[in-house]
Amino acid sequence: MALKDWINYADYSDLQNFAYYPYETHNIVYEIGYNLYQVLGGLIAWIIDVLFPNNGLSTWLMSGPVVNLFAIVNLALIIFLVIFTGVLVSLWQERKTLGRFMDRRGTQIGMKGFLQCVADGFKTFMKENTTPKKVDKMGYTWTLSLVIGTSVLVACMLPLSDRFYIVDYDAGFLIVMAIYALAPLFILVSGWAQNNKYTLIGGMRAAQSMISYEIPMLITVCAVAILAGTFNIGGVVAAQNETMWYVIPMALGFIVFFTASCAEAERTPFDLAESESELVEGWQTEYAGMKWGLIMLGDYLRGFASCAMVSLLFLGGWNIAPFVSAEANAFLPELVQLLKGWFVFFLMIWVRASLPRVRIDQILNLGWKVLTPLAIINLGIAVVLKTGGFF
Amino acid sequence: MVVENTIDTFDAPPEERISRERFETDQMWIYMGPQHPFSHGLWTLKIKVDGEIVTDAEPVIGYLHRGWEKEAENRTYPKIIPMADRLCYSASMTYTHLYCMTVEKALGIEAPDKAKYIRVVADEICRIQSHLMWLAAMGTDLGNLTIFLWAMREREYWLDLNVRLCGQRMTTNYPRIGGVRNDTTELFDRDVLRVTELFEKRLWDIIDMIDDSSIYVSRMKNIGCLTREQCANLGLTGPAMRGCGLDFDLRRDMPYSKYAEMDFEVPVLQDGDAYARYRVRIEEMFQSCLIIKQAMRKIKALGKNAPYRVKVPSKVPAGRTFCKLEDPRGESMMYLVSDGTDKPYRLKVRAPLFTNLSASKPMVKGCRVADVPVVMAMIDVCMGESDR
Amino acid sequence: MDIEAIYQKPSNHDVKSLLESKFGNKITVKGLEMDRVLVDVADKNDIFEICCYISDNLTFEHCSIVMGLDMIEHMEVIYVLTNYYTGINIELTVKLPLDDLHIPSIALIWEGANWHERETYELFGIIFDGHPKLERLLTPDTYNFYPFRKSYKLRGQE
Repeated sequence: MALKDWINYADYSDLQNFAYYPYETHNIVYEIGYNLYQVLGGLIAWIIDVLFPNNGLSTWLMSGPVVNLFAIVNLALIIFLVIFTGVLVSLWQERKTLGRFMDRRGTQIGMKGFLQCVADGFKTFMKENTTPKKVDKMGYTWTLSLVIGTSVLVACMLPLSDRFYIVDYDAGFLIVMAIYALAPLFILVSGWAQNNKYTLIGGMRAAQSMISYEIPMLITVCAVAILAGTFNIGGVVAAQNETMWYVIPMALGFIVFFTASCAEAERTPFDLAESESELVEGWQTEYAGMKWGLIMLGDYLRGFASCAMVSLLFLGGWNIAPFVSAEANAFLPELVQLLKGWFVFFLMIWVRASLPRVRIDQILNLGWKVLTPLAIINLGIAVVLKTGGFF
Repeated sequence: MVVENTIDTFDAPPEERISRERFETDQMWIYMGPQHPFSHGLWTLKIKVDGEIVTDAEPVIGYLHRGWEKEAENRTYPKIIPMADRLCYSASMTYTHLYCMTVEKALGIEAPDKAKYIRVVADEICRIQSHLMWLAAMGTDLGNLTIFLWAMREREYWLDLNVRLCGQRMTTNYPRIGGVRNDTTELFDRDVLRVTELFEKRLWDIIDMIDDSSIYVSRMKNIGCLTREQCANLGLTGPAMRGCGLDFDLRRDMPYSKYAEMDFEVPVLQDGDAYARYRVRIEEMFQSCLIIKQAMRKIKALGKNAPYRVKVPSKVPAGRTFCKLEDPRGESMMYLVSDGTDKPYRLKVRAPLFTNLSASKPMVKGCRVADVPVVMAMIDVCMGESDR
Repeated sequence: MDIEAIYQKPSNHDVKSLLESKFGNKITVKGLEMDRVLVDVADKNDIFEICCYISDNLTFEHCSIVMGLDMIEHMEVIYVLTNYYTGINIELTVKLPLDDLHIPSIALIWEGANWHERETYELFGIIFDGHPKLERLLTPDTYNFYPFRKSYKLRGQE
């Protein structure tokens, strides 16, 4: 059989007739994954068929369920790679912008400094991967992987557009928030398991401050859900496209959510858990080599996820603006969402460049006495707007 | 007995039960240092914490002890000048100045007027760059790198002035017994006023950034508080002392060199907390700029041909000399016991930081862990002079 | 002048006359400069009493220096005390015989003297009785010699 007989290259209207197509709406990532598998898997199947004619393996490889399985694997890989690249860009962005804020140039290595991330990755791989003797091995390794794992999960679960997502689910933001809130608990356990006083204090701080900023954050998400009438991420974005960006009626909520998400991502005004001036490196003190590198990556993934969430909740997500025509909005919505995310990240860098680290009692005061009341007021505004029939 | 005890515990009113449980929490000692991001230099601050609150503290020093005073007994007088530079990297000019003043006093000679004016200028340059170094370190202790880099950027101008004056950035080796090593260069004359004027404008960038931000101020207010009496009793000197309301500055009250002719103010604040110390240091930098301008005018009036150095004998007559000077960090003093040879019999250095550090326990007590770096930043740690 | 009154701004002549009338032959004022009063203390055990008087009645709030001095035949401890209202220094000199290197501590009067006394202790071996914590400060605990004494020679100093 010829090569083209093995490859069933489909456009998406054909693909939706595919018996195992898992989505109700068009998913471009699945399409790419499907076609990628058709090309690579078809090539492999053809080679096997040429070498061993009429074997069952080639047919099995190209049968419906297997194609679906590998298409989904490809989907996961593509989504992770895109998010990962987005995070690397935000890392580069932080280096360069922070440098400019501080009256220096920032990193200069290759491609205007972008390759510094790669160099850092290699460097951390080369470092000796030490584990202190007296740590609790279980807590030390597993909490680390859980912290990084949940960060990756949150960053990847946020869709980049209505055709670029993993799952389309109605509980949307609730599940994202739930997974997002897990990390401080793992940090607490990790700080305990490392058998070090600095890490213990760092872990306690992470848990303490988490309570104070999670609540206003969730209340704000609820206010958005009241206006949009749904927790579904795509639904919120579509509702904003029909009316206006929610940053306009709920500027208060935007400020609350932005502040709380700075804290959630542990960025500098609120990075109490790893405040390097008094706690050496906080809860990460005993992690060496690539373990530490992965923690840094996880931090930036969480920062990126925070920014993406701000963009989805308040800045209209992947639509350029409500008054722009549907054709213009349909042009590369993923890029629009990424750009909005990077813009919010720029605001975070600005905050980092101009503020010192707050103290633990100050963040608790801020969370309970300022952010929570403001979030509740914001909720009231949302209720009034919704019942008044403005939205 | 066991039953009785149990009943006793349960009979107690609920508040007391809670407080009993509260007191059973463990306190732990944390060793901050010698390798720790907050200790700018090699030293350890042992703190005992109850959760986040510091209940006890003990500074440990001595990692840099070089036996400076013993070494000095083994060298002739001129050879000690470069050693005096090494007492503190950012206050090298004042220490060299102090040493030369002490020996001059022991010899009973006076440095020429021009040398005295140049020493005043050099001291004030040293003070400003040392305060800027402190400002930079304070920025990192508060967790903000922008302050660090901005302060370092400004500091480069003053270090460049040092280069123009004597060819070195930090360990300057410039004052000599009986004068200074060289006259001011043309480049120095040209640049010093420029830099001063530029600096007076650009320091406002940093001040605006800190004072206009309530987070900065709330991080520094009401921590590390000392009263005036405590401060005097503990031996705190310098800006840390003037932030506690103790109005004393050797430059104004016991003038040496040509400070008597200078017109300047000594900033004093009554609050006694870290923020007051910060304000005092910032204000001191502006006052130093004023002094530099006045002294440069005097140097210009003296003309290029005025002598800047006199010859001195190599042997110092037997006797005891005591000399003091206002360092960027406080009052540094030297006590010279000479025996008529060309080497000192004993040379005692009273470093301001040595005593300031010993006061760290009452300052950090009651603070939170996050405040410890900020409080300790306000005494401007430089271990070279403390350990000697 | 009233000996027991509290003087906030004593001049150097006041300090001289007050000290002489209070302590009589226990001290000798051996010199008087513009901002400095040089005092010899005859008996080392009087030092605490004298320092109490200087601190409480003459308001010398600050102990600038406590230093040891090895004069080979005897040791000396020199105190430099400062009054912040006038800037005057009092310099107390106490002689210690080599066979009895004990002296009362003044760390209870001025806490700032605490580390100066510890330093003098470890470098000269002078023991300050009543010091709250007389331990080595700058040098390692393993040293069994006193490096700033003249008997301890540096290389090339013999």
